[in-house]
Amino acid sequence: MTERRRPDPGATRSLKGPNYTQNMAQAPVVPTGFELPLEPRLPRIGSVDAVALEERAASLAKRSIKKDAKVFALELAIRVTDLTTLEGADTPGKVAALSSKAIRPDPSDPSIPSCAAICVYPNLVPTARERLQGTGVKVAAVATGFPSGQYPTAIKVADVRSAVELGADEIDMVIDRGAFLSGRYAKVYDEVVRVKEACGDAHLKVILETGELGTYDNVRRATLLAIAGGADFVKTSTGKISPAATLPVSLCMLETVRDVHEETGRRVGFKAAGGIRQAKQAIQHLVLVHETLGPDWLTPDLYRLGASSLLNDILMQLRKERTGRYQGPDYFTLD
Amino acid sequence: MSELDRKRDRTPAPQDWTYAPAPESRDVVSIAEQYGHFVGGEWLEPAETYETISPSSEEPLARVGQGMQQDVDRAVGAARGAFADGWSSLPGSERAKYLFRIARLLQERAREFAVLESLNGGKPIKESRDVDLPLAAAHFFYYAGWADKLEYAFPNRRPRAVGVAGQIIPWNFPLLMLSWKIAPALACGNTVVLKPAETTPLTALLFCDVLRQAELPPGVVNIVTGDGRTGAAIVEHPDVDKIAFTGSTEVGKAIQRQLAGTGKKLTLELGGKAANIVFDDCALDQAVEGIVNGIYFNQGHVCCAGSRLFVQESIAEPLIEKLKRRLTTLRVGDPLDKNTDVGAINSAMQLDKIKELVAAGVEEGAEIYQPPCTLPEKGYWFAPTVFTNVAQSYRIAQEEIFGPVLSVLTFRTPEEAVEKANNTPYGLSAGVWTEKGSRILWMAQRLRAGVVWANTFNRFDPSSPFGGYKESGFGREGGRHGLEPYLRFDE
Amino acid sequence: MSRLPVKKTYKLFIGGAFPRSESGRTYEAEGQNVARGSRKDARDAVRVARAAQPGWAAATAYNRGQVLYRLAEMVEARVPEFAELCSGRDEVEQAIDRIVWYAGWADKLPQVLGGANPVAGPYFNFTIPEPTGVVAVLAPDEPPLLGLVTRLLPPLVGGNAVVAVASETRPLAAVELAEAIATSDLPGGVVNLLTGFRKELAPILASHMDVNALDVCGSDGDAPELERLAAENVKRVVHGRADVQSPWEIASFLELKTVWHPMGQ
Repeated sequence: MTERRRPDPGATRSLKGPNYTQNMAQAPVVPTGFELPLEPRLPRIGSVDAVALEERAASLAKRSIKKDAKVFALELAIRVTDLTTLEGADTPGKVAALSSKAIRPDPSDPSIPSCAAICVYPNLVPTARERLQGTGVKVAAVATGFPSGQYPTAIKVADVRSAVELGADEIDMVIDRGAFLSGRYAKVYDEVVRVKEACGDAHLKVILETGELGTYDNVRRATLLAIAGGADFVKTSTGKISPAATLPVSLCMLETVRDVHEETGRRVGFKAAGGIRQAKQAIQHLVLVHETLGPDWLTPDLYRLGASSLLNDILMQLRKERTGRYQGPDYFTLD
Repeated sequence: MSELDRKRDRTPAPQDWTYAPAPESRDVVSIAEQYGHFVGGEWLEPAETYETISPSSEEPLARVGQGMQQDVDRAVGAARGAFADGWSSLPGSERAKYLFRIARLLQERAREFAVLESLNGGKPIKESRDVDLPLAAAHFFYYAGWADKLEYAFPNRRPRAVGVAGQIIPWNFPLLMLSWKIAPALACGNTVVLKPAETTPLTALLFCDVLRQAELPPGVVNIVTGDGRTGAAIVEHPDVDKIAFTGSTEVGKAIQRQLAGTGKKLTLELGGKAANIVFDDCALDQAVEGIVNGIYFNQGHVCCAGSRLFVQESIAEPLIEKLKRRLTTLRVGDPLDKNTDVGAINSAMQLDKIKELVAAGVEEGAEIYQPPCTLPEKGYWFAPTVFTNVAQSYRIAQEEIFGPVLSVLTFRTPEEAVEKANNTPYGLSAGVWTEKGSRILWMAQRLRAGVVWANTFNRFDPSSPFGGYKESGFGREGGRHGLEPYLRFDE
Repeated sequence: MSRLPVKKTYKLFIGGAFPRSESGRTYEAEGQNVARGSRKDARDAVRVARAAQPGWAAATAYNRGQVLYRLAEMVEARVPEFAELCSGRDEVEQAIDRIVWYAGWADKLPQVLGGANPVAGPYFNFTIPEPTGVVAVLAPDEPPLLGLVTRLLPPLVGGNAVVAVASETRPLAAVELAEAIATSDLPGGVVNLLTGFRKELAPILASHMDVNALDVCGSDGDAPELERLAAENVKRVVHGRADVQSPWEIASFLELKTVWHPMGQ
């Protein structure tokens, strides 16, 4: 059995040199650890067969989760939800109401757990922070010129710094898809590294925007790149385009996260965001995680669902499990 | 404690998540206490009967007839009568409409049949529902369309029906094998006497009710149940024009010997020991899925199962690790539970055979791995098994186990892989896993197997011909070629 | 006193729905007011057919066969109504059997029309048929139902979408067929039926740059002019016959694609 280097999962910075804040020209062409001669055991970049991947995802989606297993899943889904609003029209009033909803999703049932976080644009971070103070619900801010990422690096990094200063606990960044699709992988990597630095203590989620990457091969590659750059979480989508967090694309990313863990010991989280509107889908996503990564990932520290209308569908399903009656939307607050 | 405090106190610690039982209801199907033989559109009272059970619990399900010589005589007589009386001279387009009706009825009653199949045979409901039933209906639909187009399938050969076909099918895909036999036979204008496997008669018997609903003329399809003696009576019957057999190579050879010199047409679909070949540039996770599907689908009770895994040495270690890890997520249990991945072994006899060969593997020096799983007390069960460090000469690499047991061997070059894959008296199927297109085609060209699956495994379609090379049998089922065994040509 | 029946309105069939002509016009045929389709209706029908065609082509051949079989089921359920609108029960039964016949071809075409080609080199080479796209069909006047079915099914089986111009003098059978199509699981837009004056509609379709093939069966002497118009975008022009069923009828609306790939380690 060959000895593998297992770096401390928390010390991602040790993977790079000590003075990393230099300009891009010094960024390695290939991320550290991928140079020749190759390490004996590394997660292979490799290809992904689309037909087989989609079949496997479909097969897992057919798992029949009933009764107490279903209640467990629904409650877990709430606990890992990042309740999201990312609209031009967001106001402090809207975000204050959403924050309250995240703390107490169902006013009539205090046993319903709180969500994991609120996800908002930087300007709304102070409002969210005020509402969520002391509740355990985190404030996640999107940054780096979300959702397009089509801005100079310096601006994107400044965006992150300011969001952190405003009080964000978590930063959801976007990778530069223009750079990725034109083969400038070093730039993509470099930006992740710089953003991670700018995050300080805030945890970093890296959004790949899988719907723009074209192939599952690219999704796998981008996932590895983001993880190499220091991501704490990899995230499927901005939620602004379709397709977003489909089951196959999520499975592809989860398998990559699993490979990194198996080869290096490092645990990276996964967030599925966009297009998850029904409780049934949320449960399917949880099955995917459960059968790919195991129960260790079934926690908000390593798994999130980014959604907005999903929450009420989950609440309706939970109440149906408890009362035996199908529910209607009038009985659940909009926010 | 305030509400907020209470919530903060609930640290979301990861827990294990056990899926609650999710059984498909048995209510959808009603099973009679006893069945006779279906001959000439009627049920014959059986002189002798035996009990058929559910292999996952050993629960008796029904008594069915043990077909004797006189039952077979009457069945062949009814088939001959129906053939002479009009089935073969019926316009193809009318025959087609009967077959279309049968296809639609199977689609309508799919759930009923799927539950019965899982109950009587042991396979997971997920498979009978999502694979066996849809394919069975599709087979009838596909061949319905050929019934009035035979002159296009064989231009200039003037195809005509053969006559009465005797068909003997196995227990691993009972209803599907029935459709593979009956659909092309009827499309070509033949009438049939079919014997389902001894341990799995029930879906064939329920099928007779579909024939009643389809208003198929009496005698066109006759079903006689029983063991090997019934099969022998069908094979030896002088008024049967053609025999189609799917089952073990041993019995296939016996049938071929029996029919020598009689002029009867014969097709055989026998055993296999397929090589599943994985190159280091494969799509790794999908290849693992394909390996698992290749040998654990239907508990490995598949003639074309990928039972010899040839993994390129350069990727052997990571692949085997991934494979073992994947095995731990396989759910073995009640076939009627919708979450079950691997069901019961079909019979005590088969279980003994598997155990014997696995013991031989251990004794010969192969390294055995079985994921932890709790097997039920009653019923016939075997845990998914992988042998590594296997040599070509071991019994587990030579003999067909017909169970959830994989033997792993290594190779270095494509040339070597082909040589080793072909180094067997069998030749039913093979698998190739690589992202390189030219290598797929190069390998496919050289593999001596009737079906080559590239970057997939265990894929079936009524339009795709299936059958073996060498001792895996001869003749093809499916596709245009599947019509040929059921026709005579006046060229 | 006998009961007053509710009279049917005879409209166009476009995109799975039954609109009146955008021109608001009708004409009288077989004693009824029937929509008189305009150039804009034809334009809309082609647009909708184009949008629907990729989905129909991408369905499995098995699925297409089943959907067309269901069309036969729907026509079988309306035998008396159809019999009134054509020569009688015999013609309807022939039409149903013809639909079933064609439905059974869907999953067999490449096995008869295509195949692997034994090229002299280390290449795998195969030819497969594919639908040409949007097909315009001019239905014959006789037989009113069987003729229309005979010309509609060949392009459909192969995965094409159709814009058909019904017989001008005998359009009611076509509208009845549209009703059967609407309940058959055929996706909206895969079959579109226009009633109206042939001399108004045919040249529009013949000259339309987004129509791939034209069946001039019911062209009634205007074929040469229509063929000339069709040449502008190199349409495949088919002289369909109203009385024949054959896989070669299907083939006339298919393209053939040949693919090469090296075979090597």
